Amino acid sequence: MTTVAMKPPVPAAGRSPKKKTSPGGGISRYLLIRFLLIFPTIFILVSMVFWLMRTTGDPITAALGGKLGPDQLAELISNAGYDRPIFIQYVEYLGQVFTGNFGTTISTNRPVSEVLFTYGSATAELVFYSLIVAFIVGIPLGMIAAYWRDKAPDAFLRVFAILCYATPVFFAGLLLKLVFAVWFKILPPSGRASIGSELQMQLLPDKTGIYFIDAIKTGDPMVLSDVLMHAVLPALALGLLTAGVFLRLVRTNVIGTLGTDYVNAARSRGVNEFRLVRTHAYRPALIPIITVIGLQVALLLGGAVLTETTFEWKGLGFVLIEFIKARDFVAVQGIVALLAVIVALSNFIVDIIAALIDPRVRY
Amino acid sequence: MATLTSDTTHSPKAPLWTRLPIVHQVRQSVGLQRGMLVAGLIITGIFILTAIFAPLLAPYGFSQLRDENGTFGAQLEPGGNHLLGTTVGGYDVLSRVIWGSQTAIAVMVVAVVLSIFAGVALGLVSGYFGGWLDRVLVVVCDAVYAFPALLLAIVMGIVISGGRSDLIGGILAAAISITVVFIPQYFRVIRAETVRIKAEAYVESARVLGASSGRIMFRHVLRNATRTLPLIFTLNASEALLTLAGLGFIGFGIEPSSAAEWGYDLNKSLSDVTSGIWWSSLFPGLAIVLVVLGITLVGESLNDLADPRLRSRRAPGKNAGVVAATSVVAGGTLTAGPGGVDGLETSPPLPDVHPNDDPFEAK
Repeated sequence: MTTVAMKPPVPAAGRSPKKKTSPGGGISRYLLIRFLLIFPTIFILVSMVFWLMRTTGDPITAALGGKLGPDQLAELISNAGYDRPIFIQYVEYLGQVFTGNFGTTISTNRPVSEVLFTYGSATAELVFYSLIVAFIVGIPLGMIAAYWRDKAPDAFLRVFAILCYATPVFFAGLLLKLVFAVWFKILPPSGRASIGSELQMQLLPDKTGIYFIDAIKTGDPMVLSDVLMHAVLPALALGLLTAGVFLRLVRTNVIGTLGTDYVNAARSRGVNEFRLVRTHAYRPALIPIITVIGLQVALLLGGAVLTETTFEWKGLGFVLIEFIKARDFVAVQGIVALLAVIVALSNFIVDIIAALIDPRVRY
Repeated sequence: MATLTSDTTHSPKAPLWTRLPIVHQVRQSVGLQRGMLVAGLIITGIFILTAIFAPLLAPYGFSQLRDENGTFGAQLEPGGNHLLGTTVGGYDVLSRVIWGSQTAIAVMVVAVVLSIFAGVALGLVSGYFGGWLDRVLVVVCDAVYAFPALLLAIVMGIVISGGRSDLIGGILAAAISITVVFIPQYFRVIRAETVRIKAEAYVESARVLGASSGRIMFRHVLRNATRTLPLIFTLNASEALLTLAGLGFIGFGIEPSSAAEWGYDLNKSLSDVTSGIWWSSLFPGLAIVLVVLGITLVGESLNDLADPRLRSRRAPGKNAGVVAATSVVAGGTLTAGPGGVDGLETSPPLPDVHPNDDPFEAK
């Protein structure tokens, strides 16, 4: 977790001096390479999950093993093609994933892609809210901690950041629930919206699945406030986890830039201290921050699984657990594959942004 | 990867106990940093002691439901015979919290040891031999590293134990799931170090002298590549606990009759919270937070102390921008002579290279 600093440059020592002699090639070449790297990442993760899951047996026995007789089971297995050589199944599965077809869930018999779309939007919404919380809390506090380095505010904020990290997101969620939903009763304890609002949104002709947008579409301010109230606690629980990471990250990097000559120069020119931190020290510190934010997507998705379970937020994580309990491995594979795609894409986007901000990145 | 410039400087005449890993760092630290390090050490110490003496400390067994007066009863309020109350399943909360420390420590140790061995071996081989194996391993490890750790652990959990299992199985399953997540981290650090070290003069001399690859790898490279390991070790230990708790929370924990596990208890208390029962979730949760906090404080402080840019200095040492050499010669430092001969008496020690040499230490 203290992998706060930039990714270690891949050491090029002792290999292919050719690469060094062709500096650059421009941003387009760099982006192309980064783009092509998405595919091996997805490929490796999807393959890994496939082989790992299949070592435990075929999905149908796993899901329905206790419920059906051996004859029926065998028939289902051969109908679904799970009795063929596993390598053929693997190639076929890769082909399906490539075309966006993840198969059909065994327990609920729905196309996996439909499941992914329905619940994915809920997870996306949650992740978006918690990122907002993380930015609002983490970045300013990080600057404060860096400015008063080793003073009381810094000590306090560092402990706060470690606490944010040390508190499992589900425990934070439980505490928030206990305080705000049970004791003070000012916020709803779980779910994405109350039943009334959900019904109202169900009636919409073109639902997006993102409740915030749907609620606006209903034109009813009560629905909107209901949806937002439901989002506060989950967003706080997941957001604070990330806020701790952001805080530490901003602190470390701003401390680095605060000691540079140009900051001293700016100070001697009479730039006020607020502006000094806000602009002169913070801006150059942004690149490692953006890089790490990209890595946080993985943390956020992992945290989302736990947050969704805590708050019964019906997103990908929530259904993932349901599917695992039903031992529906086709669905689990699909969800994990989608998450792999999201992680790979977000890393790519981070690379693009970093390259656009800082020309030194495009080596 | 957190630090590249660790401080291995100690005067050869310093008494042995001050050169012990933790003692050395405590002496090296000042002010706030020392406070954080000591606080972390105390919490971690209490945790370890609790785990060792759990049979003596815990009033009841972790799976005990009744004593001579009959069953405990479910969801009893704290007080009386049950200082921290009982859970919905009728277990004594205090006992389960205390016993939980044993499970936690077992999983942490197994996970970290396994991942160190696997990660270090892979990193050494990959970095030392290079070639296609190296590239493949790097891409695979990057892909695994990018993926949400918890999800990977879930998939591994399914594969290994198919869900829950007994004590040994459960601990191993959790530990191996966590190991898979951590291997890439050790791999990256050790690989980067190996690539750097193998270009060093002493490795070449060894090769000229006819040392075998194995001997060079383990005697010359590995010994010098392990400086950053204690840092990752502490950081990963806390992450291992969080992952274990997360696995337990979503139902991949260890059966309550086999061992006490905090994450599992939190999962069971999920429904309690909505009815205002706070004790069954608060105490296991606090246990997780405290242990992670303690270990993280230690890891963080070690990390900062090893990084000259982050190390707090005593006030006058402002312009001591000297960074300890990334020991070209084992044991050689800036205090040693230009040849790097350790303990060369004639070379005057540079001021404030190392706080132990700090003239202001005596105050």
